[in-house]
Amino acid sequence: MPFVPHTEDDISAMLETIGVTSIDTLFDEIPAELRIGELQAVPAAMAEMDIARLMQARARADGQPLCFIGAGAYDHHVPAAVWQIATRGEFYSAYTPYQAEASQGTLQVLYEFQSMMSALTGLDASNASLYDGASALAEAILMAARANRQTKSTRVLVPAALHPAYRRTVRSIVEPQGIELIEVPFDAKSGQTAIEQLDAAASEAEFAAVVINQPNFFGVLEAVDALTDWAHARKALAVAVVNPIALALLSPPGEWGARGADIACGEAQPLGMPLASGGPYAGFLCCRQDLVRQLPGRIVGRTVDLDGKPGFTLTLQAREQHIRRGKATSNICTNQGLLVTAATIHMALLGPEGLERVAAACHANTATLGRMLCEIPGIEPLFDGAVFHELALRLPAPANDLLCSLATHNVLGGFDLSRDYPELDPAILVCATELRTEEEMGVFRDTLAQSVERG
Amino acid sequence: MLIHDQSRTGRRATAQAPLDFPETTNIPEELRRRARAALPEVSELQVVRHYTRLSQKNFSIDTHFYPLGSCTMKYNPRACNSLAMLPGFLARHPLAPQSHSQGFMACLHDLQEILKQVTGMHAVSLAPSAGAQGEFAGVAMIRAYHQARGDHARTEILVPDAAHGTNPASAVMCGFKAREIPTGANGDVDLDALHAAVGPQTAGIMLTNPSTVGVFDRNIQAIARAVHAAGGLLYYDGANLNAILGKVRPGDMGFDVIHMNLHKTFSTPHGGGGPGAGPVGVSKRLEPFLPVPMVARDGDTYHWLTEQERPDSIGRLNAFGGNMGILLRAYVYARMLGREGMGRVAEFATLNANYLIVRLRAGGFEAAYPERRASHEFIITLKRENREFGVNAMDFAKRLLDYGYHAPTTYFPLLVPECLLIEPTESETKEELDGFVEAMMAIRREAQENPEKVRSAPHSLPVRRLDDVRAARHLDLAWKPTPREDAHERS
Repeated sequence: MPFVPHTEDDISAMLETIGVTSIDTLFDEIPAELRIGELQAVPAAMAEMDIARLMQARARADGQPLCFIGAGAYDHHVPAAVWQIATRGEFYSAYTPYQAEASQGTLQVLYEFQSMMSALTGLDASNASLYDGASALAEAILMAARANRQTKSTRVLVPAALHPAYRRTVRSIVEPQGIELIEVPFDAKSGQTAIEQLDAAASEAEFAAVVINQPNFFGVLEAVDALTDWAHARKALAVAVVNPIALALLSPPGEWGARGADIACGEAQPLGMPLASGGPYAGFLCCRQDLVRQLPGRIVGRTVDLDGKPGFTLTLQAREQHIRRGKATSNICTNQGLLVTAATIHMALLGPEGLERVAAACHANTATLGRMLCEIPGIEPLFDGAVFHELALRLPAPANDLLCSLATHNVLGGFDLSRDYPELDPAILVCATELRTEEEMGVFRDTLAQSVERG
Repeated sequence: MLIHDQSRTGRRATAQAPLDFPETTNIPEELRRRARAALPEVSELQVVRHYTRLSQKNFSIDTHFYPLGSCTMKYNPRACNSLAMLPGFLARHPLAPQSHSQGFMACLHDLQEILKQVTGMHAVSLAPSAGAQGEFAGVAMIRAYHQARGDHARTEILVPDAAHGTNPASAVMCGFKAREIPTGANGDVDLDALHAAVGPQTAGIMLTNPSTVGVFDRNIQAIARAVHAAGGLLYYDGANLNAILGKVRPGDMGFDVIHMNLHKTFSTPHGGGGPGAGPVGVSKRLEPFLPVPMVARDGDTYHWLTEQERPDSIGRLNAFGGNMGILLRAYVYARMLGREGMGRVAEFATLNANYLIVRLRAGGFEAAYPERRASHEFIITLKRENREFGVNAMDFAKRLLDYGYHAPTTYFPLLVPECLLIEPTESETKEELDGFVEAMMAIRREAQENPEKVRSAPHSLPVRRLDDVRAARHLDLAWKPTPREDAHERS
């Protein structure tokens, strides 16, 4: 019996203690007509060696193509130590640290994570993570709407140059609570969310929040200082969506504009999490100190024990569903604890200089890739704005055709922008992290050139 | 000591970053970071030693019995982890084309089918990232269903008073008012109160069965009839699915929508608080509203169903479709259990719980619902111990830690005073359960003879009881550099 340790002797002894003759009797309060027999449509049990064979075959079947897709999930080096430590049973199989004395390991890791995210974003406080970057943005918007006491507006400005999946996720999560999302177009030449266009969308109106992403979905760097000041002038909270690797090079949200962004969120995947088909990743959410009581999700605080010895505990739990029920800041009940453990170890291993080296290498590789691909006739940058580590390119033929052709050569040549931005057709978004070599970029260029030629 | 306290300017784990450090001159000056972030500067060995030592300050299933009620802390098979972390799965980009995803998608599709079978639901989406997001998705589907029918009067979701806090919180996040239904003295939902509460304003009811008081609600069919007759829908909170896996199916009980906690019933790791995975299953009438993405099979080919193919979907709940690695772990677990193993989960979880409650009662502890059969979990109340010895449920919980047992769930559900909610799971041996009973009885003796020892527990852990009030009043949520340490000016 897999994962059931009982011997026949155990079973008889236990049934005798209980005072029943069969295990089946223990289900006698369940109406008989609801009971089912064996689930014939569920496959029969497999031994570990058999399921291993099946999974290995399936993992192999997907190959390991040369990947130049970024679009919200990035292929970075993950130090060997990260997952060797994170999957230690003491981290892997521990529960939520409600019993603080028996969970100091997890609690301290979460506190260190909060400290590191606070340092990266330049904001006072961080929670212990949310599901992923997109759902973290949804929570950030709900938080901003609750926290903003300067205006009663429930309208939130969201750039069209924000990740399309983020925009869709935000819509599913915040619209049932009466938040109105207004999309702000981007400048066709620079790819930036331009102030003039914000003005057109806004005129004199007030907003609960303005979402500012750095870099934006096209990899383009936004004029974050001006955008932040513009938001504050409209009584809106400035909600930053940032890439944590980019923050090693770019100005932290807490320093944007005259007053700094109020809230910052994003996807922690680039900090030690493998691509893994999209998850589990971890969303982060940071804010100014005065907004902490509106911050959703778990938060760890440092305190002392009965002897005055420092220790860590979950704090401000009166915000949360298990205490406040229907009046909680969110329904969220988990955090991405294991992923946060990995991210914390990752950041400790990279340190400030290591992260900056990674960011600089990604930036340089993407520039190199852009130059190489633009050697192909008909390919050119779509925008003239400066970029971090992604680049939108105009193609001489339908994007989908070219990408499919590349895929047959085991090259994943980027994200097809025409699906979400038909006006940009034909165009793709490419990314070269620190892991892509010039040789690999050469393979991409040559394969793409052949595909373009064949037309 | 924090990792930050070990930091020394200029130290780093050199092997972990690119050797080249190219110029980044095309980033405009005004967008650049002026000073490096105050992250720790430490060696690789320091990191490995620090976090290995921290891990040793945790209780975990791998090291301790964890009878945490409503949390299903069963063994997390190691194969589930290693097979989900095969290089092919880890390297797959979430936006990889379907041509390079068939192996992965086959696993997801198989899992959808298995979950449909064990829950008796018509269709399943694996998208929700955790139980609470599954609840949100489920209630959002209830909302979408009523709206699609032009029925805008349904503003209330009924929630029993014993429910998890996530239930009312999820209802509110979907724009509903949560209305509480009392639990009767026998542990079943109070049917009279339910009848009085249902009406044309009822969008649905959220139920856990067996409930969080550890009994199977015998009136479930009557509840389903009452709510359906009023035009409402039934939501099944899968928190306690482990109790009935392979024995009874929520779909057969009359539920229209359910979420499953794969980190409970399907043994994926809790990871110190997550990630979870909260797939949702629905009856036929809610099928159009399921969250995306889903996996469909066409002959031998798998393809994604997204917003495009499913225009009535409540939408997307996360950027890339869910906690995929957790779904893979649950899939491996489900295949190892197989059809024969599903029912055994419920059988032995229930056997262990009933054995444990009988032994604890024989040892003088009071069951909260003594006339009822325990499901996979049960409640004992320590109100007598509290009255007679001045030792409460929290004191017992903390003292158990000294005896090497993780505490049961304390003070939940709120309707039973001084309660411990105990769930042993099927993966524990009889010897482990016997040891737990002995520890409980030993603590009871201590409570009688030396109550202060119990009240001031734990005594053998890395820290003693922590000052939660101070933690909330004097917020210290992040390490901050002292001004001198802050001088990480770019060289």
